[in-house]
Amino acid sequence: MQNPATGQSAERAAVPSPSAARSVGLRKVYGEGDTEVVALRGIDVAFEAGRFTAIMGPSGSGKSTLMHCMAGLDSASAGQVFIGDADLTRMKDNELTRLRRERMGFVFQAFNLVPTLTAEENITLPVDIAGGKVDRAWFDLVVGTVGLADRLTHRPSELSGGQQQRVACARAMVTRPAIIFADEPTGNLDSRSGAEVLGFLRRSVDEFGQTIVMVTHDAHAASYADRVVFLADGALVDELVDPDTNAILDLMKSFDQAPGAHGVLEAERAAGTRATGTPTAGTPATGRRCSRRPGAP
Amino acid sequence: MLKATWRSLKAHKARMLLSGLAVVLGVAFVVGTFIFTDTLKGTFDQLFSGEVPDVVVSQELAVGGDDGTGSVVSVVPQSVLDEVAALPGVARATGNVQVLGVALLDGEGTAVGGNGPPQLGLSWPEFPDDPKLSGLSLVSGRAPSGPEEIAIDIETAERGGFALGDTVTVVTQGPRIEAPLVGLFRFGVSGGFAGVTLTVFERQYAQETFVGEDAWNQLGITGEPGVTPERLRDDVREALGAGWSVSTGQELQDEQAEQFRQALGFVNTFLLVFAFIALFVGTFIILNTFSMLVARRTKELALLRAIGASKSQITWSVVGEALILGVLGGVLGIGLGILVALGLRALLAVFGAELPAGDLVLAPRTIIVGLVVGTVVTVVAAWFPARRASQVPPVAAMRDDVALPARSLRLRAVAGTLLLALGLVAVLLPVLVDDLPQRLQTLGVGAAALLVGVIVLAPVFSRGLVGVVGAPVNRLGAVGRLAVRNAQRDRRRTAATATAILIGLALVTAIGVLGASTTRSTDALVDDVITADVVVQSTSFVPFTTEVGDAIADVPGVATVSRVRQAPALVDGDAGAVVGVEPETFGLVNALDFDPAGLAEGGIIGDVVTAAGAGVQAGDEVEVTWGPGRTDTLLLRETYQPQAAFEGWIVSLETLERAGLRAVDLFLYVQLDEGADVEAVRAELDAVQAAYPVVQIQDQTEFKESITGQINQLLNLVYALLGLSVIIAIFGVVNTLALSIIERTREIGMLRAVGTLRRQVRTMIRWESIVISFFGAVTGVVLGLGLGVALQRLLVEEGITQLAIPWPLIGIVFVATAVVGVLAAVWPARRAANLDVLAAIRTE
Repeated sequence: MQNPATGQSAERAAVPSPSAARSVGLRKVYGEGDTEVVALRGIDVAFEAGRFTAIMGPSGSGKSTLMHCMAGLDSASAGQVFIGDADLTRMKDNELTRLRRERMGFVFQAFNLVPTLTAEENITLPVDIAGGKVDRAWFDLVVGTVGLADRLTHRPSELSGGQQQRVACARAMVTRPAIIFADEPTGNLDSRSGAEVLGFLRRSVDEFGQTIVMVTHDAHAASYADRVVFLADGALVDELVDPDTNAILDLMKSFDQAPGAHGVLEAERAAGTRATGTPTAGTPATGRRCSRRPGAP
Repeated sequence: MLKATWRSLKAHKARMLLSGLAVVLGVAFVVGTFIFTDTLKGTFDQLFSGEVPDVVVSQELAVGGDDGTGSVVSVVPQSVLDEVAALPGVARATGNVQVLGVALLDGEGTAVGGNGPPQLGLSWPEFPDDPKLSGLSLVSGRAPSGPEEIAIDIETAERGGFALGDTVTVVTQGPRIEAPLVGLFRFGVSGGFAGVTLTVFERQYAQETFVGEDAWNQLGITGEPGVTPERLRDDVREALGAGWSVSTGQELQDEQAEQFRQALGFVNTFLLVFAFIALFVGTFIILNTFSMLVARRTKELALLRAIGASKSQITWSVVGEALILGVLGGVLGIGLGILVALGLRALLAVFGAELPAGDLVLAPRTIIVGLVVGTVVTVVAAWFPARRASQVPPVAAMRDDVALPARSLRLRAVAGTLLLALGLVAVLLPVLVDDLPQRLQTLGVGAAALLVGVIVLAPVFSRGLVGVVGAPVNRLGAVGRLAVRNAQRDRRRTAATATAILIGLALVTAIGVLGASTTRSTDALVDDVITADVVVQSTSFVPFTTEVGDAIADVPGVATVSRVRQAPALVDGDAGAVVGVEPETFGLVNALDFDPAGLAEGGIIGDVVTAAGAGVQAGDEVEVTWGPGRTDTLLLRETYQPQAAFEGWIVSLETLERAGLRAVDLFLYVQLDEGADVEAVRAELDAVQAAYPVVQIQDQTEFKESITGQINQLLNLVYALLGLSVIIAIFGVVNTLALSIIERTREIGMLRAVGTLRRQVRTMIRWESIVISFFGAVTGVVLGLGLGVALQRLLVEEGITQLAIPWPLIGIVFVATAVVGVLAAVWPARRAANLDVLAAIRTE
C-alpha cells in the first residue's frame, strides 16, 4: 500500500492481506479495587492492510478504548499491540509520538483542526512538525480527491463541518500512513456531509490502498467498511464482512434483545446462532457474508 | 448567586492564585512603604520628643545644612549671651557649640557614619544636670576637661569599636587631632541619635576651635518659674533686636520634626509611585484572568441567565469573586508588606542611605489602605470582564459553539489614536516651543496620555506587531509558526499581558536615557569647564578643614591649590548662597567667561539672571549682609552667563574672611607643575586622603566617575524599585500562558495525537511566551526612548545638554526579556507537554 497506484484491487478482499495492526490479549483496566472497570477483556484482533474496518458496539462497549490502545494514544494494561511489526506496548512516549506521526493518521469526531492554521497548513501539519518535506504531487492528489483545492487558504472557522472533516481526512492521508484511525468521523455531521466524508474514506481504500480503522455507532457509516467487528462489554462478539446497513442493524437488534445488561456474550452463546470468539489475522469471517456493499460513490 | 460565586472561586483556585499574587505583591509594596516611613517617623518622633530649652537663640541666615552646604553655622557672641542672661525672667542662659563634619576614624582609618546622618561635634553642656539644657547623661568615664579630649555616645562607640581610654583620631573642620576618649554618654532614650555620631569636646576648646573666642553657635535659655517660654521668647527677641533668630525650644523642635516629616513625605511619595506602578501593572493581570474565566464559563453563565438570573446578578457574581480575591490579597499583602518594609530598609542601605533601626510601626491607617487598595484595584480590574459576562445571551446555553459576543476594536482604535495624538502633541509642544509655560508638567501629562494611548491601542496593533516581532520565530518551522499564531490569536489577551511588561520597561528605558544623557552632559561639562588636574571634594557634602588644602600644597609637584568656599548671605535683601574663590588662581583651574581678578578688593561678580533679579548691573554697588551687624558694600564688577557649573554670586575668599566667616573649604582645585611626576604626586595625595578620609581626591577621570557613580546609584535604586512591576509582569505572562493552555487543551491533545513530541509542545509554549514578552518589550522600549529623548530635550537648560542612548541597558532589557519569556514558560510548558492526550481529546 506504500504505492497508491498499485492499491486498487477489487479482488483484494478475497485474498487475505497481512495485518497492518493487530492486538494480542489486549486488556485495559481503569481504576483499582472497588472502582476497577475492565474496558477491554483480552482482545485479539487484526486489521488487514488495504482494507476498511469498522468497529461497532453500544456505548461503553470499549470500542473507542480499543482504538485508542491500537493507536498508542492509551496504554494497554496487558497484552500487546502491533503496528506492522512494531510493538507499541514496549515504546516510550517519544517513540510512540514518532510512530503516530510517521505511520498513523487520525480523524476525530470533533476538534480536528488547529484554528490558527489554514486548511493547507492543517493538512501538512504532521509533515511540518516532523520537519519533513511535503510531497506536492501526493498532496495535490489527496486535496483533489477530498475536493478542497479551492479552500486551502481558509481558516477552519471559514469552513463547514463537512469541509473541516475532509481537511482532517486529508491531513490523515498526507504522510501516507500505514493506518488511519477514525473515531466517529461523521458523529457531528449531517447525513450529506457524513456521506461525503465516508465516500472519501472508501475511495482512499479503493484507489490508494489505504488501511482504515473506524469506530462508529452508526450502522450506515459502518456499511461503507469492508468488514465490521462488533464489541460488547469489552470483548469482540461478532463480525461481518462486506456488510450492508440492514445486516448490521439486524445483528445489532439481536444484541438488544439479549437479556441482561452485560449478558450479550452469554446470550449469544445460549442462542447459538452465531459463531463467537476471536477472529484473527487472515481468518475468513465466520459471520454472514453479504454479497454486496451498498452503493459507494 | 453567592454560592455560585464562591464555588467558582474555589474551582479556579490555581488560576486565581497568580492574579491573587499580583494583588498581594502590589498591596505589599504599598503597605511596606507605609510601614517603612511610619517606622522612620516613629523613630524620629521619639528623638524629637526630648526636653528642650525654653528659648533658643541663633543667628539668622545660618545654614543648617538642609541645602547641603552647611558651610557657615550661626555665630552668637558672648556679649549677646551676657545680655540675655541679665534679662529679667531668665533663670539660666548657656552657650553651645554645634558643628558638622566631626568624623571619628575607626581602627581601619575610615570615618564612622557620614552616609546620611550628620557627624556632629558638640560642647559639653554647662549644666549637665538640667535636662532642658543637656540631652546627655554620662554612662562611664568623665566629661572632657581639657583640649583635645572627647566623649562620644554609646551607639557610636559600639559602631566604631571605641573603648574608654582609646586614643581616637578625629578629623574636624578645624584640626585633625588624636583625642583621648574620656567619657561615654547616653543621648536621649536610645543612647544615640539615629545614626548621627556625637562627639563632645570641652567647652572652651570647642569654642576656640570651631566658633572663635567668646562666641557660640547657639544659646539655650530657661525661664524663671512662672515665665512661659512664649513670654520669654518675646522678651529676648525684643531685647536683642534684628538679626537674631529667637524661638522657643518647642517651636524649633516642631520645625525640625516638620522638616523631617516633609523629607519623609517625599520618600513616601517616591516609593508609593513605584508601588502604584506595580499595582497598575497588576490590574492588567487581574483583568486578563477574569476575562479568561468569564470566557470559559460562558455556557454556565448563559445557563444561569436562562434559568432567570438577571444581568446585574451575573455582573455582581463576577465582581463578588473579585471582591473576595481583593480582600484575601489585601490581607496577605499586609502580611508580606512587613517583609517589604524590611527589604526597603535593606535596599536603601545598599544604596548608601543609613537609616536608624526601630520597631516596625503597623498603623491602622496602613491596614485600611492595604485592604482598600487591594479590593478596589481587583474590583476595578474585574469590572470590565464582569460587564462582559452579563452580555452573554441566555440562548448561548443551548448552543454548541459558545463564544462571548465579539466586540469590535473600533472604539478602542479611535480612543487610543486620539489619546496617542493628544499625548504626542503634549510631549512635542514643550520640546519645540521654548517659552511654553509649565513645560515639564505638559510633558508629564503627554507622557501619561501616550502610555495610556498605547495601552488602549495595544490590542489593535498587537496582531501586526506580534507578526513582525515573531517573524524570525515563524521561520523555525511548524512549531514556531504555531507559537506566533497562538500569540496573535487573542489580541486583547496578548496586549494586556504585554502591557504589564511594557509599562515597566518604558519607564526603565526613559529613565535610562535620562541617566545616560545626564552622565554624558556632566562629563562634557567637566571637560569643558574644569581645567584643574585634581579635584578635591567632601564625601558627604559637608565642608572640610583647610588642613587638606595645606597638606596638598606641600606636596612636591603641586603648583596651585585653588580653594572654593560658600557662605549664606543677604544680597540686596535676598537670601542666597555666595561662592568665595581665589581671584589669582580660580581662572587657572576653571575655564571662565569672566575675569576673576575683578573679585579682588571688594569686588563681586554675578550671573546676569541673578543680577537682573536683584536689579543691578555691572558698576553698581551691591549690599551683602553676612550676619548681624556685618554688612559689606561690594562693587559689581562684571556679569556672566549662568551655566550648569556656576551660577549666582561670586566673591573673593578674602571678602569672606574679612566678614569673619570661618575658613572651611567646599572644593579644592589642584594644578600640578608641568612635568611633575604624576605617579609620585598621586602617592602623596593618596597619603593625604588616608589622613583625611572625609574628602575624595580625584583626577578628572575619577571625578567624572564619581559623578557618574552617584547618578548610577540613583538609577539602580529606581530600577530596583521598578523590578517589582517586572516581577508582577512575569506572573502575568505565566498566568496568560497557563490559562490559554487550559483553553487549548483539546487542540494540544490533537497536536500530540498527530505526532507532536512533548519537547515540541514545550518549545511551542516557550516561543509563544518569548514572542509575547518581546512584543511588550519592543513597544515599551520604543515608548521609553521617545519619552527619554523628549525629556532630555526639555532639560537642556537644566544642564542635560547631551543626548545619550543607553544601548547597553537596552541590550540588557532585551536579553532579560528573553530570559523572562523562557522562565515564565517553564511551568505552563511543562503542563502543556504533560497533558494526557486522551483526556485532552475527550474534554467536553
